[in-house]
Amino acid sequence: MNLVNALNLSYLLASVLFIVGLKQLGHPKTATKGNILGAVGMFIAVVATLFDQQIISYEWIAIGIAIGSIIGIILAIKIQMTAMPQLVAVLNGFGGIASVLVAGSALQISIPKYEYLVNYQEIISIVFSAIIGGVTFSGSFIAFGKLQGLVTEKAVRYPGDQVVKIIVGLACIGLGVYSTLYPTNEPIYWILSAISLLLGILLVVPIGGADMPVVISLLNSYSGIAASATGFVLNNNVLIIAGSLVGASGIILTQIMCKAMNRSLTNVLFGGFGAVASEMKDDGDFYHGKIKSTSAEEVAMLLDIARTVVIVPGYGMAVAQAQHAVRDLYQLLTARGIDVTFAIHPVAGRMPGHMNVLLAEADIPYDRLKEMDEINSTFENVDLVIVNGANDVTNPLAKTDPKSPIAGMPILDVDKAKTVVVIKRSLSPGFAGVPNPLFIADNCLMLFGDGKKATQEMINALKES
Amino acid sequence: MEIFVTAVTIFVLAIFVGFEIITKIPPILHTPLMSGSNAISGITLIGALYSSGLPDNNITKILGFLSVIFATVNVVGGFLVTHRMLAMFKKKD
Repeated sequence: MNLVNALNLSYLLASVLFIVGLKQLGHPKTATKGNILGAVGMFIAVVATLFDQQIISYEWIAIGIAIGSIIGIILAIKIQMTAMPQLVAVLNGFGGIASVLVAGSALQISIPKYEYLVNYQEIISIVFSAIIGGVTFSGSFIAFGKLQGLVTEKAVRYPGDQVVKIIVGLACIGLGVYSTLYPTNEPIYWILSAISLLLGILLVVPIGGADMPVVISLLNSYSGIAASATGFVLNNNVLIIAGSLVGASGIILTQIMCKAMNRSLTNVLFGGFGAVASEMKDDGDFYHGKIKSTSAEEVAMLLDIARTVVIVPGYGMAVAQAQHAVRDLYQLLTARGIDVTFAIHPVAGRMPGHMNVLLAEADIPYDRLKEMDEINSTFENVDLVIVNGANDVTNPLAKTDPKSPIAGMPILDVDKAKTVVVIKRSLSPGFAGVPNPLFIADNCLMLFGDGKKATQEMINALKES
Repeated sequence: MEIFVTAVTIFVLAIFVGFEIITKIPPILHTPLMSGSNAISGITLIGALYSSGLPDNNITKILGFLSVIFATVNVVGGFLVTHRMLAMFKKKD
């Protein structure tokens, strides 16, 4: 067996490990193993590649892998669990830019050959890598910036923005076609890459912060497609297979998320929550004189007589780093014989499943977390609901106002409980930018304050009572 | 052309496999699955290794070197952070 066959069989083995690994990542019991299998697959593919005869210079590879590994390890270990969506966005962006650079490098090598004969599969794939990889890179970093608060979370819209996007998109296609027809004109490739970066920015900036999880998932899918395109450039099966697997899984996750918000992908990409929000009237009148605000002591009294309590964690809880305080409250209440569960909305936090990760980090038992469908029918029998930093996912407008931007989005029916306490810093609207009628409901009390501080005050008040 | 057709065949079949294997993912695993599949998309690293390791061309070496760094961050960071997330679910069992 010659070396090429051995190499390709190693790539096949890696591909199988990726497929099995992804499959196992989809089940809670096998997820850890699935992730390890994926990593082993990657390791095999890398080591096999290093044995390829085409590779003769190892210094730069070794230095590059060392630098990349150190950065990757630091990022993965230092990152706060609340910032997970941002990290996924950044890593995704790195994958995208790597595809652009690899394709550019392949073009470099092929240009002398193109003087005589153009390999169209190769050049078309190079162009695809540049466009998709470029959009993935800049789009991911804008998504990161939005979640990190470096770029405005609002949907940035301006008159004619769709037209601008179309023009830049057409410019990409035009340059791509030109690059394919005249591949020896190398600067065009880099101009194309630059315009693709611009396109990524233009595509993501108009999308509001609330939709970033969907955008990140979609860009994740793009990064897979970009890797796949690079596979077409290099005629490398493992790149094609791994890339298309990621592309497909990203699309599925995107669909699931859109469904959880009852929105179409087109609406997410071109509509935008925030765009509607800016047209909404001022919230001042909406709440004026109808809000009942409460104190931690009063809530402690309510908790004293409660039998069943449901806690609804939201992103506000996450940014306040309140998950550990919430865990303490949970333990205190449970010790007093109160039945405490957590209601998890499918898009609570900033990524589906993000809230589960945060609560798991704080050692809250997994069986206490209830999915929306499971808990919604039980709210009528709940004595007290504590909404900690969640807004849109509890907004009854989703059911009552067909014109609202969140219309039709499944929500947690907390308003059916006997009493609802909402911990929130102010009456500011949530991501969707709409007022929440829950706050003025008869059975709702507002506890204004930071999610962590308010929870700690509740704990202290409970201990003293 | 023959190579191209083979490549497209593999591409299309892999997409179907992707759709088939990731069905009915429980919501708790969405974030880990996203970061795990993200790590796999760092497979571009293989391409980066080729361009970095080729002889006699400084430009491809530089491009390759940079792409090795970026792709490695994607791969290492992705798998590691996924493992960290999953470990949190695990210890309660």
